[in-house]
Amino acid sequence: MSSYYESRQKVIRFLFLAVFIVLVARLFVLQVLSPQYRMQAMDNAVYRRVVYPDRGIIFDRKGKPILENTLTRELMVQPNQIKGVDTFGLCRILGIDTTVFRERLVTAILKNGRFRPSVFEATLSIEKFVKLQENMYRFEPGFFLQERPIRTYPFKAAAHILGYIGEVDSNILRRTNYFYQMGDYTGLNGLERYYEQVLMGTRGVEYQIKDNKNRIVGSFEKGRYDTTPVAGRSLRTFLDMDLQIMAEKLMANKLGAVVAIEPKSGGILAMASGPNYDPNLLTGSQRRRNFAWLLGDTARPLFNRAIKGQYPPGSTIKPMGALIALDQHVISPEYGYGCGGAYYSCGRPIRCTHAGGGHAGNLRLALANSCNSYFSHIYRLAVDKPDFGGVKRGYVKWENYAHSFGMGVRLGVDLPSEDKGLIADTAFYNRLYRNQWNSCNNVFLGLGQGEMTATPLQMANLMCIIANKGFYYTPHFVEKLDGESREDTVLNRFRVRHEVTSIPPEFYDVVQLGMQDVVDFGTARVARLPGINVAAKTGTAENYGIINGKREKLKDHSWFVCFAPRENPRIAIAVVVENAGFGATWAGPIASLLTEKYLNDTLRTSRIREFDRIAKQEIILPVIKRKRMILDSIRRVRLALEMGDSSVLEAPEPPKPVKPLRDTVPVKGKKPGDGQPPMPVERPDAAPVPVPVIDTLRPNTPNRRA
Amino acid sequence: MNNRGPDISKGLDWTLIWIYLILSVVGILSIFAVTYRNESILQGLFSLRTDYGKQALYLLLGMLIGTFILLTDSKFFTATANLSYALGIILLILVFPFHTEVKGTRSILRFGSFQLQPAELCKIFVNLALAKYLSRVDTDFSRLKDQLTASAIVLVPAVLTLLQSETGLALVYFSFFLVMYREGLPSIVLIVGISLAVLVIATLLVDPNLLAGILTGLGLLAVWLLRKPIRKKPALLFAIVAIWTVCVGVQRFAVPFFFTKVLKPYQVQRIYATVGIDFPVDPETMSEDDIRRMEERKKASTYNVKQSKIAIGSGGFLGKGLMKGTQTRYDFVPEQRTDFIFCTVGEGFGFVGSAILLVLYLVLLLKIVEVAERQRSTFSRCYAYGVASVIFFHILINIGMTLGLVPVIGIPLPFMSYGGTALITFTVLLAILVRLDADRQMILR
Repeated sequence: MSSYYESRQKVIRFLFLAVFIVLVARLFVLQVLSPQYRMQAMDNAVYRRVVYPDRGIIFDRKGKPILENTLTRELMVQPNQIKGVDTFGLCRILGIDTTVFRERLVTAILKNGRFRPSVFEATLSIEKFVKLQENMYRFEPGFFLQERPIRTYPFKAAAHILGYIGEVDSNILRRTNYFYQMGDYTGLNGLERYYEQVLMGTRGVEYQIKDNKNRIVGSFEKGRYDTTPVAGRSLRTFLDMDLQIMAEKLMANKLGAVVAIEPKSGGILAMASGPNYDPNLLTGSQRRRNFAWLLGDTARPLFNRAIKGQYPPGSTIKPMGALIALDQHVISPEYGYGCGGAYYSCGRPIRCTHAGGGHAGNLRLALANSCNSYFSHIYRLAVDKPDFGGVKRGYVKWENYAHSFGMGVRLGVDLPSEDKGLIADTAFYNRLYRNQWNSCNNVFLGLGQGEMTATPLQMANLMCIIANKGFYYTPHFVEKLDGESREDTVLNRFRVRHEVTSIPPEFYDVVQLGMQDVVDFGTARVARLPGINVAAKTGTAENYGIINGKREKLKDHSWFVCFAPRENPRIAIAVVVENAGFGATWAGPIASLLTEKYLNDTLRTSRIREFDRIAKQEIILPVIKRKRMILDSIRRVRLALEMGDSSVLEAPEPPKPVKPLRDTVPVKGKKPGDGQPPMPVERPDAAPVPVPVIDTLRPNTPNRRA
Repeated sequence: MNNRGPDISKGLDWTLIWIYLILSVVGILSIFAVTYRNESILQGLFSLRTDYGKQALYLLLGMLIGTFILLTDSKFFTATANLSYALGIILLILVFPFHTEVKGTRSILRFGSFQLQPAELCKIFVNLALAKYLSRVDTDFSRLKDQLTASAIVLVPAVLTLLQSETGLALVYFSFFLVMYREGLPSIVLIVGISLAVLVIATLLVDPNLLAGILTGLGLLAVWLLRKPIRKKPALLFAIVAIWTVCVGVQRFAVPFFFTKVLKPYQVQRIYATVGIDFPVDPETMSEDDIRRMEERKKASTYNVKQSKIAIGSGGFLGKGLMKGTQTRYDFVPEQRTDFIFCTVGEGFGFVGSAILLVLYLVLLLKIVEVAERQRSTFSRCYAYGVASVIFFHILINIGMTLGLVPVIGIPLPFMSYGGTALITFTVLLAILVRLDADRQMILR
């Protein structure tokens, strides 16, 4: 029997062999020909953890840190491991009851799942933290403490300059081509944003192994593929924190801005925008709520008026007009104009504060007395210069001059979203006057009104140019980076010297002397400092805004620009206070105090009183205060409804007293006197730029005549 | 008998013993690689708290039993074959009233802390009994009666096992048909069997009407091809028609009946999953409970196979190294220590390691076939083929399952999977073989 079927053993052997060949072939396909399984296994088990470096610090010129990284302490929970935890003990320490405990636990599970840690309580006070630390053995391993670095601001100042950091949103993710991940922090404004690449450092990556329930169980390959984080580099700025704090105090309850620049370097010494806010509000766990509050504020404290506020510069532009006229050789320094109290050459007279007496006998005198007739006249001389053969070409030339002085162009300061102000071009006038216009139509440009606005930064920069006699460095905050090398190109553009056309220094000398006269016996006598020659110019800019749907003339903006000492300028300042009246009344003293503080490092006793007086003074139009009161009470009711807590209604100010009022939006200003220019062609009704409505929350757009 | 004397090692086939030891140690290492959690290794090895420690103990126990078997007289096994078979059947029946339910199976007897799975153990007894029956002088496999008797020896425990929801272990008994084939089971039986299997699979894969059409076409083709013989012998036509009727009957009625009435929905679903299609849920014939359970099983089994394939596939050519496998170390593959132990080798040692392991199994099987063919007694030969068939079937199903070739059927990988009963069963199977082989000059009946 066995011999008969002996051949069948071969069949069986063959069967075994065949099956093994099939299995080995399958193994070969899976293990050698299918690389995707390796990836899938990595996805399964390897967790890529990004390790964040310490963010760079920002220092002022004296080496004091303007912001710091501090640790915030958080209690974390991992819901799957809280069995047997002393819940009552924990609740007692945290001061919550078990209902809240349960609620937070559910929130944590909904947010991150059972197996991953979530924040149970953020920003623990030091007392709670210590108490928890002592008792932690009772709550482990379900609960644990964690420290996380956040930004804090010891001076509670420079909020507009520093900006803030926040979690990235989908926009940023897209823009940066997914360099960031959800949950990352990035600079969202100010220096934090502009220097993000420098401050953030280099992220490290840690590869960790997780199990089938997503729990971390150790490091992958003993950290062979890990990279260590490199701490962010610090910024050394030109900022003088003493000056900055003083400027902010002076502007705290006013609308407007202060910019102080070191002319030789273009380094910004101080930049304040009023009203301002404590930067500590935008850090930590209350960030979102505070941000929403500030954003909804009628005064828009988040708005940096120093680089985004666009105001008609008024008389402060006159030195520039003089320099243009001098360089065009349409006037000489000795050129005089017989002003009889008004300028009559363009139809309706443009009034001047002085009359006769040779107050515009030469350029210096005209500057010192801020003669409107004189500067209207020389503006027209410049654009109507016969060489050009027509006002249009003459105006193009004048416009180019203005641009080279930094007017109507972005200077390129190292803050995001700077605005460029306005110098209208010929196309604008062609459109407005249907191609038929002459120098009388825009004669107000000579007086810093009309189709012209400037930011405080631009005016401060103009002072730098005059102080430097014809050059400037792009205004900037950061002097150098820590550990700066050739590869760091971010600061290169601030080290390029910009020449302003080729106006000879003699012309600047005349203008400088004229501006010193302004202080010594002109309109800016308030800014006189003993032993220091200050060169300055006041400005009083007319402006309009729409209140309750009606276009109304508002109180003038108060402007003041100066630099000192004249012989060897160390500081150039521009100050604007919205709707504060004469330049010499409010803006002048502010600039003068800052100059004294910076140059002498201290204030005289009498001046400290002056400082207190100005700092206390609130300058807000009554009509706007009313509006703010209405809007704020609405907000407070809404907040009370949201929180279900009526006590908010009685509270004087909800989270933090900020001056909530809407800045008046400047409309086209005109010189004192109702000098309406002759209009060869009737002006179209629809103005190219809409007039803003005061009781809405829209960005501060510059407006000219409606 | 006299030549045995004090030297029990005489005539033992050491190749088999070495391969057995290597595979068992690799098994313990693999279990270690999966379950080791930073405890002291020595302590772990000798304590009963760790799985690798337990498995090592089972190995020692198995070796002890094996040694006893090697000391036993070969005649003992022929003498007690039928008795042991009866014992096995009794144990299988005893399970029904006295089982302890563990992880959904109802096949385990428990005595204190000691667990026994008769279905596993019964393989030995069936093998012995089958060998005994086939080696009878008056057994003639050309007779239908003997064919049926042999099948009954195998199928009775299979049915009992199936009733205990141990599909995998029940299927193992079908491997004994390989022994019968070797001993002269007519090829036609196997051909019919395989044809039926193909037909059943085709039923699952192909639309019923299309399949009926194909079958009809094949029948017509056969008639046309055989038109001359048919003219001579008209009965042939009836035969073809009968075969066609049976085929269509199977396809149209038998399979649907079997799948809906006999098999459990999750079993049907697994069979469907193997051929790569979703089992159609029929709310009319299935209870809600069944549907829910089926969904769960489906999720679990597809998850198992997916993770197992990832584990093996991610091993690559050379593997990640012992205990470096992230898939197997961190519980991504369920039943890691038992049915999916092969993943550990696949991930840790890659294609090279897995292929070497497979070659080791192949060498073992071919060696057993060689041993079988050198036996003088039919009993020993049948027994040896039985061992080879059982081991072969286990490897095919188990590794095929981890590689996603075969449905997820829970049966252990011989010598390697965690589990005392399985390890000891295989040890005993092999030990008896070695004992019989040592006495191959004797004629055993």
